[in-house]
Amino acid sequence: MWNWLLKRLGQVLPTLVILSFIIFGLQQLMPGDPAVILAGEERGDPQVLAQIRAELRLDQPIWAQYFYWIGNVLQGDFGFSWRIRMPVSDLILEKLPVTAQLASMAFLIALVIGVPLGILSAVKKDTAWDWLANAVALFGISTPNFWLGIMMILFFSVQLGWLPPSGYVPLWEDPVQSLATTIMPAFVLGTGVASVLMRHTRAAMLTALSQDYVRTARAKGLTERVVVWKHALRNALIPVVTLGTIEFGRLLAGAVLTEQIFTIPGFGKLVVDAVFNRDYPVVQGVVLATALIFVALSLLADILYMAINPRLRQA
Amino acid sequence: MSPPMLELTQVSVEFPTDRGRLRPVDGISFRVEAGKTLAVVGESGCGKSVTALAVMGLLPQGAEIGGGIRLDGEELLALTPDQRRARRGGAMAMVFQEPMTSLNPAFTAGEQVAEALRLHQGLAPDAAFARAVEMFARVRIPEPERRARNYPHQLSGGMRQRVMIAMALACRPRLLIADEPTTALDVTVQAQILALIDELKTESGTAVVLITHDLGVVADHADEVVVMYAGRVAERAPAASLFARPQHPYTIGLLGAAPRLEGGVARLASIEGTVPDLLHPPPGCRFAPRCPFALDRCAQQPPLAAILPGHDVACWRAPLDTLLEAAA
Repeated sequence: MWNWLLKRLGQVLPTLVILSFIIFGLQQLMPGDPAVILAGEERGDPQVLAQIRAELRLDQPIWAQYFYWIGNVLQGDFGFSWRIRMPVSDLILEKLPVTAQLASMAFLIALVIGVPLGILSAVKKDTAWDWLANAVALFGISTPNFWLGIMMILFFSVQLGWLPPSGYVPLWEDPVQSLATTIMPAFVLGTGVASVLMRHTRAAMLTALSQDYVRTARAKGLTERVVVWKHALRNALIPVVTLGTIEFGRLLAGAVLTEQIFTIPGFGKLVVDAVFNRDYPVVQGVVLATALIFVALSLLADILYMAINPRLRQA
Repeated sequence: MSPPMLELTQVSVEFPTDRGRLRPVDGISFRVEAGKTLAVVGESGCGKSVTALAVMGLLPQGAEIGGGIRLDGEELLALTPDQRRARRGGAMAMVFQEPMTSLNPAFTAGEQVAEALRLHQGLAPDAAFARAVEMFARVRIPEPERRARNYPHQLSGGMRQRVMIAMALACRPRLLIADEPTTALDVTVQAQILALIDELKTESGTAVVLITHDLGVVADHADEVVVMYAGRVAERAPAASLFARPQHPYTIGLLGAAPRLEGGVARLASIEGTVPDLLHPPPGCRFAPRCPFALDRCAQQPPLAAILPGHDVACWRAPLDTLLEAAA
């Protein structure tokens, strides 16, 4: 187990190095000269441009820029936003809790809808329940987030006036108001994930329910409830947990469109603004942070997979 | 004669399928007494396992059961699904063919045995686990304390089948159905498992239904034998009588097709033809198309009639042994 963990951590390192190359490299492919953009009205003055370039080390060779950047990153310094004039790490730390809250709520909604619906449709296979659950999943997968978001705002905010249409209040300032501002975007994000979870739970449950050990459980005289919720589900959840962790990672990476629609100041909005402003350090920082979250979560997914699968635990 | 522990009267099972109604079991009757072993013998697809699942009430949804199944005098088919469920694992238990896949990989072996004890005997988790460890010792699993905490993948096939037997016998069932319990195991382990079932049967007076296609197993362990062919009983007899004077052409074929180590002649007889399609069974005797003794009359189903005391056969030409002697 510990050997495995060490080996797994060893695999993470090269992944991170390659990731840093890609993130840094992508920046260089972006059209437009950042110096020209930053210079603003003084863009005609070559002296100003040269000064900006020197300040930002844009005049140095690319590899030097990379090592300068990665050296700082390793010390926790993600650079300085060219536009907002704030350390990128501060920006990230400011936006991360917002996105984390949104992602957690969305994931909770997805779990509460997706897993029971998947179980229901597997247990009641080929009945009206199954068709209904599949129709819900199809709706969740095929409805564009921006459309669902706008429809929800129209209905709950404009029509009924129950929820604020946009904005964000931090959880620690006013929990109720915070939930009111995030419930709609969380639902919009959660439906897509719920559909994915539902389909996978259904497939895994169908497999589990056809296994010999389920017949053994029935032969023992266990109630159908125990057979389904204990014997079948325990095995069916093994692949679903892995998938769920990765889906949670995707939620944490920020939801560009949804955050735009509900004007939630999270990761998605931060990165979009940074791209439009050619604020390279912010883009790099956000993308790197997202990638780190992903690597950490896929590691967590593997560890969870080990933990809940006794066949791998002793290996 | 003591009343039977298990009595099947004209049991039929029907499944609706895409290609029509399938009747894998068609009017089966037999009885098993307490402390005795009845072997159900036949080729794959003859309805042995379906019969077992019908007794347990484990047939898939949509299956229709006709006839009567009485356990210790109680008509099982008249019970509600919940009452039937309560009998499973308590009054009657089953051991399956596949020890490798019949245990849940996510729980320890001990937990899975303890679960039945908690359910049927209302034991607390700790007490149930302690009883499970005792059962492990009884089915002679070495280091029962440690093995009970193992997951199925840490146990060998023979050990897993012992766990299945421990699970089945934990609540002292009056009936044990063992569906090919040793088919997936090594020969040496086979003998141990069957000896174990015999021993526990004698100790606790459990009635055993042993489903097998292995006639060697039947000869060594069964008191009574039911030979099934294409969903019907071909012959039903005490084991000694069946082996001494087999009457049905199918039984004779089966005995001829069984490999024998003694005798030195390594010749294997085979039964010509194939098992009939149960969606379109032949009229009358289902073995007739493959039977070397078939007559025109075999287009009608022969009744299961006594040829000797306790020895019944469904064949118009029985007793066949006199016929065979005349031919020899």
